Amino acid sequence: MDHQTLAKIVDDAGRQGLNRRSFLRLGAAGAGSLLLTPASARAATKTRSSARIVIAGAGAAGLAAASHLAARLEGASITLVDARKEHFYQPGFTLVAAGIKPMSYVVSATRDYLPAGVELIEEAVAEFDPEGNKLVTASGKPVPYDYLIVATGLKLDYAAIAGMEVEQIGNNGLGSIYHSPAKAEATWRAMSNFADTGGVGVFLRPGTEMKCAGAPLKYTFITDDYLRRRGNRGKAELVYNANNKALFSVPIVHEKVRMLFEDRGVKVNYERILESVDIGRKLAVFKTPIGPVELQYDFINVIPPMRAPDPVRNSPLRWQEGGWANDGWIEVDKHNLRHKRFANVFALGDVAGVPKGKTAASVKWQVPVAVDHLLASIEGRESSAHYGGYTSCPLITRLGQAMLVEFDYKDNLVPSFPGVIAPLEELWISWVMKTMALKPTYISMLRGRA
Amino acid sequence: MKELDPLVFLAVFQEMLGPLLWLMILVIVVGTAAFVALLLKERTINSKRLVRAEFAGLAGGVLALVLMAKVSSSGFTDAGGPADWFLIALVFGLGLAGTAILVYTVLGWRQPAKS
Repeated sequence: MDHQTLAKIVDDAGRQGLNRRSFLRLGAAGAGSLLLTPASARAATKTRSSARIVIAGAGAAGLAAASHLAARLEGASITLVDARKEHFYQPGFTLVAAGIKPMSYVVSATRDYLPAGVELIEEAVAEFDPEGNKLVTASGKPVPYDYLIVATGLKLDYAAIAGMEVEQIGNNGLGSIYHSPAKAEATWRAMSNFADTGGVGVFLRPGTEMKCAGAPLKYTFITDDYLRRRGNRGKAELVYNANNKALFSVPIVHEKVRMLFEDRGVKVNYERILESVDIGRKLAVFKTPIGPVELQYDFINVIPPMRAPDPVRNSPLRWQEGGWANDGWIEVDKHNLRHKRFANVFALGDVAGVPKGKTAASVKWQVPVAVDHLLASIEGRESSAHYGGYTSCPLITRLGQAMLVEFDYKDNLVPSFPGVIAPLEELWISWVMKTMALKPTYISMLRGRA
Repeated sequence: MKELDPLVFLAVFQEMLGPLLWLMILVIVVGTAAFVALLLKERTINSKRLVRAEFAGLAGGVLALVLMAKVSSSGFTDAGGPADWFLIALVFGLGLAGTAILVYTVLGWRQPAKS
């Protein structure tokens, strides 16, 4: 292979991410040149620009986008806007709530990942004004932009569940792993107590779009395993309440989980959405097609409805009609994350109104695509970068095993290691990836290196 | 994880191990060089020393598995399929080979074989 071919592959790789075929071609190019060429080729693609790029939200998507932009632009002003000083490694919340990792495992500081030359305004966004090409911060400061990336994440709407008090998480059998690292740890204490005593464990997912739709399932499996390890499974009944007629949006995964739940003796109810909880009486009320149904619990993992944050929901950025309009998800093209009505606006991560994939894995594959489209606009070219909806979920099925489920918009399974790591098999190697490799990969993503 | 870029692997391992990565690479490079140098110097394989190194290697393989289980919060009953047995064999094999080569090399340089 000559140098020109290699340069082209590397160039393609920078633009679209490296796919397996070009990786194999790269492999043929020889290991020596592998380690040297890509870095220099990437550095050579820096574009000069005076564009003002504002990124609302400095979570996984915001930081990764800032890193990618900073690496490929010279002279542009890149500004992140986010009030929260801490950074949360959210894929680790389940491990904290499972007693596998301490709280410190998921907490770091946003500034640790701030790329050189990128400004951080430590304020919340109060208002988006896409017609005026600016946003306004909580203190009333206008921040004008040429390009906007919205990566605010989503809002956990606990208030929508009558009787729910987040301060009570950890007490009285009330768990909720999503709320925060501290509440994930509190949930672990509540679940561990339940595993010692047995009783009725109630699990559920909300009727809205949600981040990491596998997490409610994982936590059911983990609770089942702790009960078994402590010899109390016979004293417990586990009930999983699905919001619709499926346990997972990908039909083949739904079937597999259905079989596993049957194997573990987890009772499943379909079309049940949590409406209210009575924390004192340990009573949950679900909305069902046949009217409200009460469930007495000894432990419950509450997962609240999830919606776009209010400033997004109250802005013209959201879907104007259809199923996503009400919850305020941003109206973007699902293949390039560009806003359908405001061409200089992109949405990444949880807040994007696209099917599936409110996960860090989605972010990892969305960011390079959106960034390339944004750069193409600056450079006056067309981008062919395309996001097919890839996301992944290491679905823990017991402590020490997981299924590495990877899929796309079309509900196809897209395994990274076909023939080696079977997607629907409970494997230790998938657990090893979840506990060892995922966080380093995530941090590399924040730094724009993966 | 969808794609396998060697630079990504390097970045991930750097995040995972921190400075330990460079120490490990150093040990591997220096160890291998010393091993090759020893072979070139002696022009033979000392079978008594090799057997001792292999015994140490067995312990090294077990140690590698224990370390792996510890850092991945796993138990010893977690293997669920062929990919897992492959990974276990790989970890054990790397621990065994690495330890054996290092021990053989150290013994060789400390007590040169009488010819």
